[in-house]
Amino acid sequence: MEITELTVHELQEKLKKQEITITEIVGAYAKRIEEKEPEVQSFVTTLIEEAKKQAKEIEEKVKSGEITSDFAGIPIGIKDNLCTKGVRTTCSSRMLENFVAPYDATVVEKLNQENMIDLGKLNMDEFAMGGSTEYSYFKKTKNPWNLSKVPGGSSGGSAAAVAAGLVPWALGSDTGGSIRQPASFCGVVGLKPTYGLVSRYGLVAFASSLDQVGPITKDVRDSAMLLNLIAGHDEKDTTSAKREKIDYTKCLTQDIKGLKIGVPKEFFGEGINPEVKASLEKAIETYRLLGAEIREFSLDIANYSLAAYYIIACAEASSNLGRFDGIRYGYRTPEFSDLKELYKKSRSEGFGPEVKRRIMLGTYVLSSGYYDAYYKKAQQVRTLVMNEFNQGYNQFDVILTPTSPTVAFTIGSKSNNPLEMYLSDICTVSVNVAGLPAISIPCGVDKEGMPIGMQLIGNKFQEETILKAAYAYEQQVNFREQYKPQFKS
Amino acid sequence: MSKEDYEIVMGLEVHAELSTKTKIFCSCPTGFGAEPNTHTCPICMAMPGTLPVLNEKVVEYAVKAGFATNCEIARHSKNDRKNYFYPDLPKAYQISQFDKPLCEHGYVEIETEEGKKKIRLTRIHIEEDAGKLNHDEYSGGSLVDLNRAGVPLIEIVSEPDIRSAKEAETYLRKLKSILEYIEVSDCKMQEGSLRADVNVSVRKKGDPKLGTRTEMKNMNSFRSIARAIRYEAQRQIDVLKEGGKIEQETLRWDDVSGRTFSMRDKEDAQDYRYFPDPDLVAIHLTDEYISKIRETLPELPETRKKRYLEEYGLSQKDANLISSSKYLADLFEKASQESGNPKAVNNWIISDISRILNETESEPIEIPFDSHQLAKLVMLIDKGTISSSIGKKVLVELFEKPRDPEDIIAEKGWVQISDEGAILAVVTQILEQNPQSIADYKAGKDRALGFLVGQAMKQTKGKANPKMLNEMFLKELTK
Repeated sequence: MEITELTVHELQEKLKKQEITITEIVGAYAKRIEEKEPEVQSFVTTLIEEAKKQAKEIEEKVKSGEITSDFAGIPIGIKDNLCTKGVRTTCSSRMLENFVAPYDATVVEKLNQENMIDLGKLNMDEFAMGGSTEYSYFKKTKNPWNLSKVPGGSSGGSAAAVAAGLVPWALGSDTGGSIRQPASFCGVVGLKPTYGLVSRYGLVAFASSLDQVGPITKDVRDSAMLLNLIAGHDEKDTTSAKREKIDYTKCLTQDIKGLKIGVPKEFFGEGINPEVKASLEKAIETYRLLGAEIREFSLDIANYSLAAYYIIACAEASSNLGRFDGIRYGYRTPEFSDLKELYKKSRSEGFGPEVKRRIMLGTYVLSSGYYDAYYKKAQQVRTLVMNEFNQGYNQFDVILTPTSPTVAFTIGSKSNNPLEMYLSDICTVSVNVAGLPAISIPCGVDKEGMPIGMQLIGNKFQEETILKAAYAYEQQVNFREQYKPQFKS
Repeated sequence: MSKEDYEIVMGLEVHAELSTKTKIFCSCPTGFGAEPNTHTCPICMAMPGTLPVLNEKVVEYAVKAGFATNCEIARHSKNDRKNYFYPDLPKAYQISQFDKPLCEHGYVEIETEEGKKKIRLTRIHIEEDAGKLNHDEYSGGSLVDLNRAGVPLIEIVSEPDIRSAKEAETYLRKLKSILEYIEVSDCKMQEGSLRADVNVSVRKKGDPKLGTRTEMKNMNSFRSIARAIRYEAQRQIDVLKEGGKIEQETLRWDDVSGRTFSMRDKEDAQDYRYFPDPDLVAIHLTDEYISKIRETLPELPETRKKRYLEEYGLSQKDANLISSSKYLADLFEKASQESGNPKAVNNWIISDISRILNETESEPIEIPFDSHQLAKLVMLIDKGTISSSIGKKVLVELFEKPRDPEDIIAEKGWVQISDEGAILAVVTQILEQNPQSIADYKAGKDRALGFLVGQAMKQTKGKANPKMLNEMFLKELTK
């Protein structure tokens, strides 16, 4: 197998056995990026030369024993809404086209501590708003399985880069499905941790009460390993939880006998693509074979989650994005006659259509006279969603759903229909609304060969349970060996 | 209808900067007067991705202020975002508290001509200060200084219980005094660490309904607050008398012209879109935490005043004045202890020191010398080293360039002349020069003695021991 096809734990084994070197790994990725990035368009900024230089330095230090981390020299890609000191962080927006943060996000700092190598900043929907990465100001990322399809979003660059072998793994962020849906569209593994497990410091905020950083990887073991690196309380983020450190790889065993899996019927009804449904049903059968207890149940509040989600997310976004005003950093309109015009033009010219749409929605729902009818009601729905999930977890260990009702759609087919785009989040948003952990793993392809994703949702801070369930399935089905991205055009 | 038929109804929103070492949501220093944008970091500059972390001292200080003003302390509270655009507000929202303030339902008691009066407090909440815009003479534009952005504030909101400019001033002075006592704010009005928004309305006496109010923001001197209130109330009365209507609006007080001006046009009515800040967890205070803070509360002005009346035997008026400022009160107590002469210390404070403060329009906290130096002054007079008239000169020196009073008198050659021979020489000389006074005295005009002593003092530039002078003159005159 090519170096760029290996998972991180496979790379680590080869490094340990001295079958490959760090410079070889980075060299292989540099070559792969050179070959495939022009087709996939997953990076906003590549750091090839820096990475090569770093590889040499780290290799020396590993040899001399100065560095001992198992992750030293392992490359990674980082979604472009995570701040990296000295390297621009654009959020794929004109607003931040030239913004260079003077600090690292906490998760980035953690990777640096392990002496990992950043291959670049990955494309996304502008400010993480969207489900196709078409709303990037810079470029449209293509799905490596079929270049005429979207990679999903908003972490589309991260998922496409992992699927195309341009990075061994990547960090994404997930506010309403932005890790899981692109992972599903690109046939890779995406994990959204419990709200509060991973620090948000340095993640450019979209919706503060929903955002989480998480891994996008080739397999479940890598997902657990990357989660190990980024999880944990951060004094700079008071919403991050103080909990005992867990080694998430310890739970990865094939034995899931007696695991109680709930299948909410609302997620398999109207609007779901028949091929997706069939693939999920097959996955459920596999779980049954593995000894899990499967039962259907009703999670009808899920029908209201999408509305609540868009109200809360837009409200928070309208406030979070106020700071992009052309005063201190970011885009400033070249000509203005007074302060009001400076604001108006900088924001009109700096933000794209989807961001503007959500700022306007959010401003509206928070306005006096509308607050109670929208924002307050949405928060009430949020409580109900949490309660209903809680009831679910009285009966089940894991809740199983499709990650998205469809496979990756054709570029341009939904970008002019925001409502239809919002509907592709229907399976993922309730997880963020309830603050739960969920993982998307590939469970098949449709007849055109496009990957289908399965979502496993756990109770709060029960990442181990979903990782274990995902791992058992992955070992049984071996998707990665059966299917590979074809770069069809 | 005359002015007397109307009454003024006022409420004050007082902002006090808390004297915590660091800002409310980051660890930048809070000190005043630094070079622009040197007390800043990515958090208070609102760089993307940064998050606020609440400074626990801010909560502690606000709870202290709550206790000192008889408030109920909320067990559950939260931070909210107040959204609006302005260049001095880097996040485009101010983190404040909307519907669940830390403290509610308090009161402050003030002395009025009609006796004691309670001004009720609606609430005290915590929030962050904004930065400052400085006019740039070179470009003609504005420059943003974010040193003050994120400095912690408490906002103390009163009910509309205030009825006159005098009451407003008394209330504000009392509030200032309380905040100084509990050491949560230095209350330096010139530096803007204490400022008030004043809501003024008028109504016909006996009318239960409140009139439409106008608001004057960011007032930071007692004098201009009183002037502004008087002007604005009269303006409103004039409008009403002419059959006009008061517009609810924000006004700017101009101290130079002595007038108020409309500040915002009405189309721009702000909708702050308050909502709970999702970056911060709710504030939960335990009973234990709250009672611990209550225990650490220092003596408040009222208690000190009582003590001064009982322990030191001060008059009601003196006790009021000294206890009104923590700084004066501390100065009084420490200097009294060290000198053993509280009566003299009291006299210095209420007369000469207060006079100088008034003349220079300064606050007690600006007194440059310390209690030790004041005590020394008192003791030097008590010992007879200097006369009290020299003492007054020493005090002026202390205000100008504080140092050891002993050094001052040595340097200036002000040591009192108590040498009998020296005094006698002066007395003889003055008597020789003033034969008429001797005759007057002998004719029964006692005033002549005073004149002679005065002349002798003049001659010695106030350094002669007045007691000895008196005795010596008497002795010589009755010879």
